[in-house]
Amino acid sequence: MLAVFFLAPFGFMLATSFYRRIEGGFYEPAFVFGSWQRLAHGVFIERTLFSIGICLLAGAVCIAVAFPFTYFLTRMRRRPHVILLVLIMSALALSEVIVGFAWSVLLGRAAGISNILVWLGAMDEAQAYQPSFVAVLLGLCYIAFPYCILTLYPQLTRLDPEVTEAAQTMGASPWRTFWTVVVPIGRPIIMAGFLLVFVFTLGSYLIPAFLGRPEHWTLSVFISDQATFNANVPFAAAMALFLTVLSLGVVALVMWTESRTRRAF
Amino acid sequence: MRALKWTLTALVVALLVAPLIVVAVVSINQNRYMDFPPEGFSLDWYAQLWRDSAWRSSITTSLVVAGASAALAVAIATPLAYLLRAYDIRLTPLLYSLGILPFMLPPVISALGALVFWNAIQHSGRIENIIVSHAIFFSTLPLITVSLAMETMDPSLPEAAQTLGANQRTTFRTVTLPLLVPSMITGYAAAFVLSLNEYIVAFMVSRFAVVTLPIKIVNDLRYGFTPTIAAVAVVFIVIATTMFTLFALFGNLLRFLGADPAILERER
Amino acid sequence: MKRFGDVVAVAGVDLELPAGKLISFLGPSGCGKTTLLRMIAGLERPTEGRVFLDDEDITDRPPHLRDIGMVFQTLALFPHLSVAGNIGYGMRIRGVGRGDMRTRVEELLQLVSLEGLGERRISQLSGGQRQRVATARALALEPRLFLLDEPLSALDANLREQLQVELRLLQQKLGITTIMVTHDQREAMTMSDLVVVIRLGEVEQVGAPLDVYRRPATPFVASFIGRTNILRGEASDGLVRIAGQTFDVDGAVTPGAVTVSVRPEDAHLLVGEVPERNALSGRVVFVRDLGELFECYVDCGLEEHVVVAGSPRERVHVEQGERVTVSFPREACVVVRG
Repeated sequence: MLAVFFLAPFGFMLATSFYRRIEGGFYEPAFVFGSWQRLAHGVFIERTLFSIGICLLAGAVCIAVAFPFTYFLTRMRRRPHVILLVLIMSALALSEVIVGFAWSVLLGRAAGISNILVWLGAMDEAQAYQPSFVAVLLGLCYIAFPYCILTLYPQLTRLDPEVTEAAQTMGASPWRTFWTVVVPIGRPIIMAGFLLVFVFTLGSYLIPAFLGRPEHWTLSVFISDQATFNANVPFAAAMALFLTVLSLGVVALVMWTESRTRRAF
Repeated sequence: MRALKWTLTALVVALLVAPLIVVAVVSINQNRYMDFPPEGFSLDWYAQLWRDSAWRSSITTSLVVAGASAALAVAIATPLAYLLRAYDIRLTPLLYSLGILPFMLPPVISALGALVFWNAIQHSGRIENIIVSHAIFFSTLPLITVSLAMETMDPSLPEAAQTLGANQRTTFRTVTLPLLVPSMITGYAAAFVLSLNEYIVAFMVSRFAVVTLPIKIVNDLRYGFTPTIAAVAVVFIVIATTMFTLFALFGNLLRFLGADPAILERER
Repeated sequence: MKRFGDVVAVAGVDLELPAGKLISFLGPSGCGKTTLLRMIAGLERPTEGRVFLDDEDITDRPPHLRDIGMVFQTLALFPHLSVAGNIGYGMRIRGVGRGDMRTRVEELLQLVSLEGLGERRISQLSGGQRQRVATARALALEPRLFLLDEPLSALDANLREQLQVELRLLQQKLGITTIMVTHDQREAMTMSDLVVVIRLGEVEQVGAPLDVYRRPATPFVASFIGRTNILRGEASDGLVRIAGQTFDVDGAVTPGAVTVSVRPEDAHLLVGEVPERNALSGRVVFVRDLGELFECYVDCGLEEHVVVAGSPRERVHVEQGERVTVSFPREACVVVRG
């Protein structure tokens, strides 16, 4: 009974993707491949590749920053440790809207970084850094960052500090210790964090919509646009299902390669 | 290495905080238009939130939706958690994954699914749609917190109740349930916050008929900026920070986030 | 040879330790012995004082530049590396060639009796095996100083005793200067050339195990190492009086309060009341006959019961409640400080 509850929307979506689109934004039950055929179009494929690309990049950036950061965090004294955690959790509680808005201001021409630089005399004229690719990337990283830290945190607190001390007594500088001991031990959670960010950013709608030009939009934006403004629900449904398969596919692929390399290790 | 550590931390903190500061500055700007440096100080925009009926109603709507959907989510999740533990172990991982699924996928998909669903049963554009959709979508969180609490609960407690004469129902009502209340509250709070901030599902499902706070913000932004938006953002930020600071001071924030108990001993 | 100063948790320690010997830092939990060891390792900084290794001031040197090998309490083996990987870690960092590394790892595996286990993962090893890997890893680069922080505390009793002997033999074979932290006085007695007894951050006594046992400097040392009877009395005119009886003691006495330590096995039990010097009469409270030894608890009117111990051959037949006399031979009455 409960399974039905969860699967019903999916079932409906699957069915709808085969429906035919009628004028006026409605759709009627039918069995047409039209929507699915459009998936093979260049534009759609381009969007897909872009989405995957930017989300993988966001994943890489987030992990690259979050892992060392969380590692240092777990070694800190009580006071700064807790303060930082409060800060991170607060950032987590922000909605995507607010984050998107805040970054659009920060990178904008009216009251953002460039304005500060102009005020300080480092720049002549204020510039808008958004909408742009970098803006979208930064926004995505920002919303994913707290979640990333939260997945890394529990395991990193369990890392026995004597292990890194042991490495040091054997001649490894703190830098080398980090790369030869901490990172290898952290591989599973690094992978988990990376995947988390990927899946999470793939689902982001407001950030790409806000901070990017149409060429920077991800599939999520595309889909919701089709469903609402273009009123082409069947097409949106088809894309949504494709996105589902895609997400699961990439996750499975990455996990598979991870287990292969693990064995060789 | 030590220098590197603090540089990284400082950088991260700066980046985390920067947008927030900017928004705060904008919200107290006297001018209607965004500019920097800000001209004049004014708390007018905060007052606007109160005066303007459109803002008030969207805030109210959001609170109602969040409150109701979070409650519903907990109501769905608790018996579900109980059943999952009581029934055949083989099915459990499968059902559990299904429960997590809507949460893991891009929200657009769930939003679209919900849209299609409500359309199909001819019930579009109503506030109940959002409440129910949110409840289902966010039921994952209370499910996780309650399941976890169930797992770590001492099994001899309900057994003791039974030896004292309580039947299954009474035991559940008087012993198990009260012990689960903290986890239910945590689940409620999480679902509440997420629902409050949620945009895409609410948007798709209500089809311009119901306006929650995020929807209003997005709509307003399309038509041009008002500092009132910034004021809303600041209010949210302050609430969130206050909540977590209180938690950190009076609760055990580290343990809540999964820290190893041993870390609490280390007084480096 | 090692010398060091002090830090907050450890105060006023000034030690000079000989090379090539196994030295134990012995004391109860929290007495600062581990802190002291960590300062030597470079994992803690002394607030005041210096650390010298062979006349080199290494106080400001980070751990990875000190020539040490250390075995940690939790062993701290790298879970992501195999046994060989763990042992070879130090060499890898230094860029030692593959072939040389492999040879050396084999040597070390043999040294600790773990031949053929190079490719195993840490999780597959038993507690004793892991201990040996940690040892091999620490010794891989032939450090000048070998440090051990309660290395055997995680093992069960039988294994501990076996490894105590193995470690000691290994140390003697290699002739490496070794400092070991332990709270187990039997372990310290078994393995050490020199024992440093530490209490509340201060050194109470330094000496060879038997010296420390026979001639404890303070009541704490006397009761921490083995068991002892602590007798308190007054000294005047060159005589010591304890509980009204006259005592001849071994050691110089200054007028005033005096504390004397006598090991149970050195005390003798006499039936009935025998008036003598160096004797106290009392009533038998409890007799413990353990087969291999017997103990007799006698109430002589002091704060604590006097314990007389001995082998079965020396057993004097007494019963609970019987009046007896405990005799404390002069050589066994050691004057302790405080």
